[in-house]
Amino acid sequence: MIIPELGEYTLILALCFAVLLATVPMVGASRGNALWMDFARPLSKGMFLFTLISFLCLSWSFLDNDFSVVYVASNSNTALPWYYRLSAVWGGHEGSLLLWVLILAAWTLAVAIKSRNLPQDIIARVLAVMGWVSIGFYLFILFTSSPFERYLPGFPQEGADLNPLLQDFGLIVHPPMLYMGYVGFAVSFAFAIAALLSGRLDAAWARWSRPWTSVAWAFLTLGIALGSWWAYYELGWGGWWFWDPVENASLMPWLVGTALIHSLAVTEKRGVFKSWTVLLAIFAFSLSLLGTFLVRSGVLTSVHAFASDPERGLFILIMLAVVIGGSLLLYAIRAGQMRSESSFGLLSRESLLLVNNVLLVVSCAMVLLGTIYPLIVDALGMGKLSVGPPYFNALFVPLMAIMLVFMGAGVVSRWKQTPMSMLVHQLWLPGLCALVLGLAATWLYAGELQAWVTIGLVLAWWVVLAGGRDLYNRLRHRREKLAGLLKQTRSYYGMVLAHLGVAVLVVGVALVSIYSEQRDMRMQPGDSITFRDYTFIYEGNRHVEGPNYTSDQGQIRVMLDGKTYAEMKPEKRLYTARGNVMTEAAIDPGFTRDLYVALGEPLENGAWAVRVQYKPYVRWLWLGGLLMTFGGLLAASDPRYRKRRAIAAATS
Amino acid sequence: MTPKRKQRLMLVMFIVVGVSVAVGLTLFALNQNINLFYSPTQIAAGEAPQDTRIRAGGMVVEGSIKRDPESLFVSFDVTDYDKTVTVEYVGILPDLFREGQGIVAQGALNEHGVLEAVEVLAKHDENYMPPEVAEALAKAGKMPMPEGQEFNK
Repeated sequence: MIIPELGEYTLILALCFAVLLATVPMVGASRGNALWMDFARPLSKGMFLFTLISFLCLSWSFLDNDFSVVYVASNSNTALPWYYRLSAVWGGHEGSLLLWVLILAAWTLAVAIKSRNLPQDIIARVLAVMGWVSIGFYLFILFTSSPFERYLPGFPQEGADLNPLLQDFGLIVHPPMLYMGYVGFAVSFAFAIAALLSGRLDAAWARWSRPWTSVAWAFLTLGIALGSWWAYYELGWGGWWFWDPVENASLMPWLVGTALIHSLAVTEKRGVFKSWTVLLAIFAFSLSLLGTFLVRSGVLTSVHAFASDPERGLFILIMLAVVIGGSLLLYAIRAGQMRSESSFGLLSRESLLLVNNVLLVVSCAMVLLGTIYPLIVDALGMGKLSVGPPYFNALFVPLMAIMLVFMGAGVVSRWKQTPMSMLVHQLWLPGLCALVLGLAATWLYAGELQAWVTIGLVLAWWVVLAGGRDLYNRLRHRREKLAGLLKQTRSYYGMVLAHLGVAVLVVGVALVSIYSEQRDMRMQPGDSITFRDYTFIYEGNRHVEGPNYTSDQGQIRVMLDGKTYAEMKPEKRLYTARGNVMTEAAIDPGFTRDLYVALGEPLENGAWAVRVQYKPYVRWLWLGGLLMTFGGLLAASDPRYRKRRAIAAATS
Repeated sequence: MTPKRKQRLMLVMFIVVGVSVAVGLTLFALNQNINLFYSPTQIAAGEAPQDTRIRAGGMVVEGSIKRDPESLFVSFDVTDYDKTVTVEYVGILPDLFREGQGIVAQGALNEHGVLEAVEVLAKHDENYMPPEVAEALAKAGKMPMPEGQEFNK
């Protein structure tokens, strides 16, 4: 059995390809040597191929239950179903890094294949920068966290099993999507660095970078939404966002990435904000790296904190310093050469987008401060502390509310100069309607006007109606309305979908945050509780055997209007390999509300602690995330990004 | 000043004012919402404030868990093997909560020196110990190290 060794060797080969990729095309680009630059594409393909082989080797070791491999033995078990054995590949630190480099290599390959119409020197530099980033991660894996290490000569006959929290569909998909997003910002970063190196920061550069950034952002959005969904049903207590440091670590690149998408649009259309856009691209990727550092170094108390050692943290910290320091140095040298290609008025689409950018970046800075403040205080020896969710809520919610106000105005505004009178003329009606509809919806739903719910619903209507006004403007002068709808570009519809997603998300957040209801009770068989029209009757527990666990399954009958509405079966599982106890909640999902039942712990006399929850509009959170994801992908698929005229613009 | 420069100046002023307001609010909110961590020894020595949200942690003492038969009220002791502090909690404890497990509780001390917890955290990995607890135990010189095992490896 030499499969794991093969995996290690191919990983080393991939590193060699990365080193060549980082140097040869780069030197070629600076000397104008076409032959050397042409090496970029084949080298990218080779790097991907060998990383893929390495990943497949590890996957094979998992499927084959090769417990002589330390990583397999500590994350898998013969009783584990095959699909969880496969997803266990990224269930721990080492394997998830291997997945990370595989995705990085895949993005590199995608750039190499999909950018036929880019100038040779740009593509050579972009791929070379991807090579530099890859080198860092290959070295990290090979030196500090190889998944291919063996137990020799004696090795365990049975594996320690995958962490039960991770034996779940959500974990199969959440990390790959999130990594696609994190690593995707490496592409935006590479484009920005390549542009700085070549000194050609023009509208064409922004056009090349835009689709990649949108795709990365879409995946990151999906990854975060999936993570929130997974936490909701798998951690067992019905929360969907905890302001946990690791959640923050994914939110920060998302916020900066959102700013980047909008700033790229301005740079492409108007040729301004260039240095700001470049900075955002650098920071989006740096924050992705910082996220990795926070998760991997074990400096934080968090659900995600893999048990890990400080050596790894130090390595990532050094890498972070090199990436941020190096790129900012380059920026400082080159920033002076950037020239705005046009100017804009005080009130214009440019300035409104700038305001949104500032708000997004300030929110990100505030999340960053709250996340690393405990680390800084600890490092200074001033005590151990944690920053609670109230801090984040108190700042993040008002900032986002202000941003939504500008979002509506930004959509209908015009480039260059927007007269105030025009904005007022266009927006008074949507504004009034939003106010009326928001108040009415809040009143009809709750019979009261709770401040934040009202603000949330009014702003959600505002975003939707202002978007509607924009669409009306676009169709007003067309005789054929339907043909006019089809004439709009995909990037326009992508924007509409994403903004609609924001509105849906806001409705979900407002309602589920304020109107969730929860009861914790001690229940004996026959006990019941009634709230929100539903009656929950506890009928006792049943013993159930799973493939690698045994379970106490609660039987809860839910009655609505005197009739049986549903049978809910929450479980308390005991995973036998590690002796872990896990709560498996029972959820009755619905468009306007979820019923959520979880078993706590067994008490005396056959009673159980039971938590029953009513979660209004909680699905809208993830629905909003999905809409944003599709919006991002749709915008990236706009055919204009692939038109040949990109070349003309670039070489002129 | 040309009108254009005036516009730019206004934009810059707007950003500067906005950012400084944001920074001010941020620092204010941060100061209101930090929860300091205290070990049982520090609490016993009276270093921790009363009626303020704090975090405390240690190992759950064997045999100290007492439940109320009628409700979800539970009380238990946590220790750093030097001093112990009693924690009271109403609600459902996390899955990994058990005797001998390292936990962190968030809540306020009452006048009897009992921590009235609003949240009890136990992490999902049995070899994982909250860093604060590990450090508190190490300080007391009482890090339990089962043979062949290491915490936070």
